[in-house]
Amino acid sequence: MFATARKLRAVGLLGLNERNSEYIMRLNPRHLYPRVDDKVLTKKLALEANMAVPDMYGVIRHQSDVRRFASIVADHDSFVVKPAQGSGGDGIVVVTGRSKRKRDSFRLASGRLVTQEDIEHHISNTVGGQYSLSGNPDAALIEYCVNFDPIFEEVSFQGVPDVRIIVYRGYPAMAMVRLPTRASDGKANLHQGAVGAGVNMGSGATLSGVHHHNVVDDHPDTGALIAGIIIPQWEFILQSASRCYELTGLGYLGVDIVIDRDKGPLILELNARPGLNIQIANRIGILTRVHRIDEIYDPNATPDERAAFALRAFAV
Amino acid sequence: MKDRYVYVLAFLLAAAGLSLFLYKWQVLGFPATDDQETPVWTVEAALHFKPGPGSIKVNLLIPTLTPGFRVLNENPVSRDYGFSLNYGTSGREAQWAIRRADGLQTLYYRTSVYEDRNADQSDTTPPFPPPPVINEPFKTAVEVLVADVREQSADTASFTTELLHRMNDPSPDPNVELLLSDVSNRTAFVESATMMLAAARIPARMVHGFPLTGRQRNAVPVTWLEVHDGDQWRYFNPGTGAEELPAHFFVWWRGNERLVTVDGGSNVEVDFSVQQNHIDAIAIAKTHASQEDMRIFDFSLFNLPIQTQAVYSVLLMIPVGALIMVIMRNFVGIDAFGTFMPVLIALAFRETKLLWGMALFTLLVALGLSIRFLLEKFRLLLVPRLSAVLIVVVLLMLLISLMSHKLGLDTGLSVALFPMVIVAMTIERMSIMWEERGPADAIRAGFGSLILATLAYLGMGLNWLEHLIITFPELLLVVLALVVLAGRYTGYRLLELTRFKALASQ
Repeated sequence: MFATARKLRAVGLLGLNERNSEYIMRLNPRHLYPRVDDKVLTKKLALEANMAVPDMYGVIRHQSDVRRFASIVADHDSFVVKPAQGSGGDGIVVVTGRSKRKRDSFRLASGRLVTQEDIEHHISNTVGGQYSLSGNPDAALIEYCVNFDPIFEEVSFQGVPDVRIIVYRGYPAMAMVRLPTRASDGKANLHQGAVGAGVNMGSGATLSGVHHHNVVDDHPDTGALIAGIIIPQWEFILQSASRCYELTGLGYLGVDIVIDRDKGPLILELNARPGLNIQIANRIGILTRVHRIDEIYDPNATPDERAAFALRAFAV
Repeated sequence: MKDRYVYVLAFLLAAAGLSLFLYKWQVLGFPATDDQETPVWTVEAALHFKPGPGSIKVNLLIPTLTPGFRVLNENPVSRDYGFSLNYGTSGREAQWAIRRADGLQTLYYRTSVYEDRNADQSDTTPPFPPPPVINEPFKTAVEVLVADVREQSADTASFTTELLHRMNDPSPDPNVELLLSDVSNRTAFVESATMMLAAARIPARMVHGFPLTGRQRNAVPVTWLEVHDGDQWRYFNPGTGAEELPAHFFVWWRGNERLVTVDGGSNVEVDFSVQQNHIDAIAIAKTHASQEDMRIFDFSLFNLPIQTQAVYSVLLMIPVGALIMVIMRNFVGIDAFGTFMPVLIALAFRETKLLWGMALFTLLVALGLSIRFLLEKFRLLLVPRLSAVLIVVVLLMLLISLMSHKLGLDTGLSVALFPMVIVAMTIERMSIMWEERGPADAIRAGFGSLILATLAYLGMGLNWLEHLIITFPELLLVVLALVVLAGRYTGYRLLELTRFKALASQ
């Protein structure tokens, strides 16, 4: 037992207790949380900073507004409904199209057809606070459904794959690609069964993946090899992630970026309590990189300089 | 830097707690373990009433002759009231009086007794009772019944037993049925037994008292039948007719008179509480402290009213449960619903006992969960849906109680104290997790809650620990110090070792 703990310490593994007390509590002041926990606010801040985000079609804040749903999505065939203050991907519904015969039945990412009523019930639950972090009344956000870049087509089962980058004090420290599986129901969250693949920070190439805490080489549903996919516009992605530090002021931040076929990398959401599985995906503890950043930390470095450092220093 | 302050704080807390503990234990001689010596019971009557506008006089019947027990001390708490002790027809009476009073009034009478088998404090031989005045048709019924019973008995004791047998018969003869037709409770039942015995010229009366066991809040007086056989008083169980007394039966008052009368007040309530404690050893410690003029005792738990003490005996164990939660979550890493929900479930287990509590919890959550999934189909809004689940949980509990009562399981009745709101919340959180993260995660977290609740129950139920903490509440400072220290633990959790084993094998 202690031998295992020593080995994990040696590879620089960050545990939950240490993440909470040393990083989140120290670097993420509570009053800044709304900037990442409220996705409507995140979107607003990102737009002000001239960063690319998925278009917002509408927000439903009250039960009485739920009936506006049909008019909000009237012009769109695909869209995503998510709770403004949700956590861990809970409560997100991805609609990829409509039934050919009936306009008020929608096709989910999983291929299942649901009625407009079903979605309205979901929205009303969301507004009631079922998925919010605090259980307080929430808002439901309806936004552009990302048309993801075919680069990940082979290694995703439905849903939207995204890139998660941990940004430590403004410096990108570690990244992974999160690939939906049949089990994760099109969602890109590892605890829901998605596959995470580590990323070589120097080149943007994927490494092998992790599925439910185990290392895997190919996607459980498609069988395609996970490693060796080059993420396009990698340097730009790192720069965008770095800029999220100025955006939020949070020193330990998870940035989720999706790559749209037409619009390029978009900031999907930010997370003040990013998970730890990214370390398994990269087969390395994050502490080694965190300590490296502490050594060279320069409060005056620009986001581009910080991204350049990560590109140089964390190449595998 | 910050760490050092935490260590200093934890050290100071632990040092303060431990030194006070050592002082009370070693110097003042507080008992550190549960003693085996003669138990001392403190029985307290708390009288609540609403005063009227005028003067108030309160009469409370108090123990006079207590066979099997000796009184260590007794004291009324009377505040501004004038207090006197009188002898009434059925024994001693405590009398409080005041010109006027405002607001809800509470008076206490407290007595400490210990068991002494040789304490034979029987009453004197009573005169033969006059035949009771009864109207027809009851008169004939009594006469026939007495004649019948006399036929089938040899002496006073067998007469009483036979009479009680007949009165308890599930299919009584018409005479008994007539006589018991307006008897609704046990007291009235015993009262009519004394009346029938009086008709047979046998001196009999009701006794009211308490079987003393451990700690009881809201103890309910038990009514027993006392019969004089010309030589001595004998006790009969009115429910079975057997000549016996409940174990540790402490007689509070005798006769038909009302326990309490309040002139000039209304809404009178009397709550009895019983506490078995270590007043012997503590009384010695107390004397010691008062000789040296130390004020520690003014702040001891044992000076609180007994009902409050009983509440604190539960409350003071909650920090222990919290410490267990800290260990299991931050050092082991078990998933559960809610931070302290397992502690609250563990408190519920105290009422139901462990196995039954676990079965009940699982049953309620499983049933509730299936109903929650049915409700999902109706698309109810969040708060109405939660309320619906809560109501269903209450109904399920009622059903379980009724069924277990039918099956003769007493434990089913204690279900009433099971915190249904907690069960309802668990169901709701579990169903959401079920849908969002799949059944595996939901069942794992539910199972985790159950394990944590069990551990908390076992930890909080340790008798020696409970005794230690109630006698030395300052030990909670040590618990606080441990929790503060645990708050700075940044090492791995036990379950993380398996979670990240892929990294360790490199």
